[in-house]
Amino acid sequence: MRSSTSYNLWLIAPAALMVGLFFLYPLFFSLYSAITTDEGGLTLAHLEKAFELYSNDILFTIIIVLASVVLLAILSISIAALITLSPFRSIVSLLGFIYRIPLFIPFIVTAQMMRTFLAKNGLMNNAFIASGMLTPLETVSFLGWSGIIIVFVWKQLAFCTLLITGAMAALDESQIRAARNLGASRLRILFQIMLPQITPTIGVAMILSTVTIMSVLSVPLMIGTGTPTMIATDMAFRINSYGDYHVANALGLVSYLICAGLAWFYLRQSLKDKGAI
Amino acid sequence: MGVKYWHQVFNPYSDVSSALISSVFIAVLTVIVCLLVSVPAGYALSKRSMPFRAFWMLLFLIPQAFPNLTVYINIARIFYDFGLNGTLLGVVLVHSVHGLMFSVWISVAAFSSTDPMLERASRNLGAGPIYTFFHIVLPQAMPGIIASCIFVFLESLDEFTGTFFVGAPDITTLPLLLYTASMEGNYQIASITALILLVPSIGFMIIINKFMKPEMLSKLGK
Repeated sequence: MRSSTSYNLWLIAPAALMVGLFFLYPLFFSLYSAITTDEGGLTLAHLEKAFELYSNDILFTIIIVLASVVLLAILSISIAALITLSPFRSIVSLLGFIYRIPLFIPFIVTAQMMRTFLAKNGLMNNAFIASGMLTPLETVSFLGWSGIIIVFVWKQLAFCTLLITGAMAALDESQIRAARNLGASRLRILFQIMLPQITPTIGVAMILSTVTIMSVLSVPLMIGTGTPTMIATDMAFRINSYGDYHVANALGLVSYLICAGLAWFYLRQSLKDKGAI
Repeated sequence: MGVKYWHQVFNPYSDVSSALISSVFIAVLTVIVCLLVSVPAGYALSKRSMPFRAFWMLLFLIPQAFPNLTVYINIARIFYDFGLNGTLLGVVLVHSVHGLMFSVWISVAAFSSTDPMLERASRNLGAGPIYTFFHIVLPQAMPGIIASCIFVFLESLDEFTGTFFVGAPDITTLPLLLYTASMEGNYQIASITALILLVPSIGFMIIINKFMKPEMLSKLGK
């Protein structure tokens, strides 16, 4: 038995080594670089500089992440609830197909599509003008913070809805049927029976979406024009224009902290819920 | 209306043709690298007796659990020292690490669904472990492994951030070309590139829509 165990370890080794070398090592390297000088001493100077230069962008990023996550939660729960509870089966199967469309569309393609759709002379405004709802002078460009949020919500909605619909489908159906037989409305079933049981899934979907939002560079570069901008753009700028890895890594540290903050909030919340029981 | 830009795009000497070729080439190499490391790992991790199984599974989840932009910046810096920046190998390695989570987790699920009795029967009848793996175990896990290949292929085809830092400017993939064209205001080229990138994604979605039920997703990782 012992020999087969070490044999199995050898089978995992190449994959584990790849993650270690090409992900964990750079990850720790970024943390190290964010808080040390070139000589190796500890310093907070890079973080201070990052805050001094980019505190507006950090705030902007946090607002974008929070707005996207809140919108995502509301929309994906509504769609999942419609799919699970609606009595109109044919509409539901159509909705079930439509919401998955963004799932496999790459971020960069979404960004390009939205760039041509949301711009001042883009498809959306042209459609409004053609229908007589707006005059060309009244059109506004959505490229900027609102465009970034629209892209992230549109793209991540498929993934979040898929996870939440899955969790709703895995619930014990007899409970829902019992509640319905006792006269509970669909809204009440959703809020009092289904949502309390699927909060862990909602939390996971939102945290994974936050990580995705913080990782995507193409969307802030292509949609977010002008200032303030997301810290992803600042990091790319710091590297490409100055080769300044310290400040870029300090901003990276901030991006880890934003994700960790949300994860901590979620964990604390779920622990509190458990304690309440 | 016109097909002028399509002619421009599909001209064999155009940027788009060469970007398409290098994108597909990189994606195929990435699939091969992922297969080579994740099939053995998936097989080993499908055994429940594997010590620290949860730890290993989590390890392969890590690349998806951190914002990876910072990591790509530092990979580029490390690769620079090894002369891997702007090389095919460097880009393939970055894409592979990103795809590894899909390929390992799906392989584990695929190997877990194989019948251990068949494996044991084959060994009892005198077949060696390697023969048994390739003739008895692997064919049973094949559908799952093919699915993981499709995932890795698509992820690599659509990857932007890693290629932006490690590959540019020497390696141009379709997403990078799309980005440059769009930022230069070359909207026709950008839109056509976007349409090319959509083809495999939509095709895959239609295939997988039949199989991917939300109920199944809730069982993933168990």
